[in-house]
Amino acid sequence: MFDQNQYIWLIFLIPLLSWAIISLILKPFFKDKPKIAGYVTIAAVATSLLLSIWVLVTVLGEPHHELEVPNISWVIIEGGATINLGIIVDSLTAVMLIVVTVVSLMVQIYSQGYMHGDAGYHRYYAHMSLFTTAMLGLVLANSLLLMFVFWELVGLCSYLLIGFWFHRPSAANAAKKAFIVTRIGDFGFLAGMIYLYANTGTFDTAELHQMAISGVLAGNVLTWGAIGIFAGAVGKSAQFPLHVWLPDAMEGPTPVSALIHAATMAAAGVFLVARTYPLFEHSAVALQTVATVGGFTAIFAASIGLVQNDIKRVLAYSTISQLGYMMLGLATGGVAVGIFHLFNHAFFKALLFLGAGSVNHATKTFDMREMGGLRKVMPRTYATFVIGALSLAGIWPLSGFWSKDEILVKSLENQPVLFALAMITVFMTAFYMFRVIFLTFGGEYRGKEHLHESSSVMTIPLIILAILACGSGLLNVTGGFSAFFGHGETYSVVEGLFGIFAHPLPWLSLILAGLGIFTAYAVYSKKWLSAEAIGKRFSALYKLFYNKYWVDELYEGIIVKKVLMGGIFRVFQLFDSKVIDGGINTNFVQGFIVRNLFGWFKSFDQKGVDGAVNGVADTTLIAGKTMRKVQTGQLQLYGLIIGLGIVALIVCLFLFG
Amino acid sequence: MSIGLEHYLILSAILFSIGLYGALSKHNAIVILMCIEIMLSAVNIALVAFSRYIVPLQLTGQVFAIFTIAVAAAETAVGLAIIIAIYRSRETIDAGKIDLMKW
Repeated sequence: MFDQNQYIWLIFLIPLLSWAIISLILKPFFKDKPKIAGYVTIAAVATSLLLSIWVLVTVLGEPHHELEVPNISWVIIEGGATINLGIIVDSLTAVMLIVVTVVSLMVQIYSQGYMHGDAGYHRYYAHMSLFTTAMLGLVLANSLLLMFVFWELVGLCSYLLIGFWFHRPSAANAAKKAFIVTRIGDFGFLAGMIYLYANTGTFDTAELHQMAISGVLAGNVLTWGAIGIFAGAVGKSAQFPLHVWLPDAMEGPTPVSALIHAATMAAAGVFLVARTYPLFEHSAVALQTVATVGGFTAIFAASIGLVQNDIKRVLAYSTISQLGYMMLGLATGGVAVGIFHLFNHAFFKALLFLGAGSVNHATKTFDMREMGGLRKVMPRTYATFVIGALSLAGIWPLSGFWSKDEILVKSLENQPVLFALAMITVFMTAFYMFRVIFLTFGGEYRGKEHLHESSSVMTIPLIILAILACGSGLLNVTGGFSAFFGHGETYSVVEGLFGIFAHPLPWLSLILAGLGIFTAYAVYSKKWLSAEAIGKRFSALYKLFYNKYWVDELYEGIIVKKVLMGGIFRVFQLFDSKVIDGGINTNFVQGFIVRNLFGWFKSFDQKGVDGAVNGVADTTLIAGKTMRKVQTGQLQLYGLIIGLGIVALIVCLFLFG
Repeated sequence: MSIGLEHYLILSAILFSIGLYGALSKHNAIVILMCIEIMLSAVNIALVAFSRYIVPLQLTGQVFAIFTIAVAAAETAVGLAIIIAIYRSRETIDAGKIDLMKW
């Protein structure tokens, strides 16, 4: 009954334990030793990483790359339906476990330096543990229902961490925005899930896959179910039109952004689509929706990223754009292509964010206009940041090149229009990343801070991530990564490494990326072209990008203010004030009349009867004056007395009953 | 050791007492509201536990608990609205200072 696969549960239970230890023991009793909280979290995540590596090795050894883990029955309903709690371990899970635990571990180590001396150090690590738990649980869950539970937990944790510095109104607002905007997508996920359950009677992803493959689940049911699930993914993965929360999420501490962007919240949406991929695969409409949303988001977000001045915002839009790529890759090339990009992106994006955090640690700002010249003072941050940027731009042979190339090849085969958009995005990506590098690290320093390189607790994670960003792409050079997911052929290393240059496409994308880097160099380093002049020349376009296509204004000004506040809520308010209040007022008028009528009787009453009664009344009044002191107006005191009364009654019942 | 009905009931009783203590002793109205939620959760645990152990094949307790959750959500919404209204008129949500009901 109890086999070693049961240990897989521990992968997410250990960080959960760490959360419990920090919030229940360390925070109340070891307030003066905050460092322990960091150590506990790091130890927990490191244990999860070791277990994940063990899972990966075991899964690699299995013939079908799957492990059997017995389910735990959760809800048993009379009449047959049973809802199980269970975990699924296949190639997708194994890869995602590695991504989540590696990035989380690096972020936790780095946070020790970044959050040093923060008053909320305990709270930070408690939330980070819970965040890791939620994502690991999401990756492991085998049914849509359990996934939804962890999905919401991921949303909650990102709310808590984005609003970590809740005393700043901007952070509190950003947290609320993230929660509400993703909630709109979550509603789609919930609706899709219930719709699928109503039609198939199961939440289990493997069973749903079987139904989709065998054709039992098809047609409109499949399409709407898949689109519902995709709506959830759009919310979490910040695809257009629900992308607005991700740039604002920059209000949280930078390591949180790294975790959100690389491995948890934003990756959750892509993962969800990958997990339920057979549902999409068998519905052309759903697949086309994913491809279109992804391809459009890729270029849409990249164009906004071109003109932002905040280093973290550029990276945020870059994430949205890359998530669009992943969606496009999933829709055109299947799970292996999309997840391979997620895998590579996780490492270099975590690297870039942690690098931005390191820069912020020195300059105390995120505004690139107040940076510059950091290359000399922060050599390690500079070197690793450049590696991350080159990888993101897709330069051979760094990791981003390999996965992006696969997405481009597949989209050329299936979606020529979106392929064209993706090619333009390649140029934009290279341009905005190197704009960041030249503005931040090149030229002369424009701020006033005393600069210094970050401590090694922060730079060592950067170096490890940089090595991963260089090397992770090579995993699929021989086709091994795709083969792990069950498709594609394998080739030799040399053939894989250089064979691709036999095709024109990699050349084209490399030239475009090189052109992007060169343009950034010309404009921001050598200043052959003035950025202001270009901005003025294309002022309409510049304004459009700079104001993020006015999507935020559209949502806030039109949908929230006009439609909700002005329309729906106003109708409710009118209903309240006219109909309900009107009803009460008529009663009041009637009561008024009645009282006047009876006023006649009153005067009789007052003269005759009252005299006799007053004597009694006075006595009562004096008694009341003494007694009313009991009425303190303190609701809690009343509650206490009620509670004590109940306890007294129970005691009486025991003694005399 | 197998977990039986009494363990759930003890957990429920502990949670209920924690909630009751908080609701009676805390000054911040929002915290009081949270404590009331804890008490409701304790009741839900007891409901589900009874249902699971006494009529295991029917979901009456669970369904009842879901209704409780829905009502609790509505209660929180109303409670928060009242707290905001009180804050706007009196600039405090300290339950000790909200005592207009006294003699």
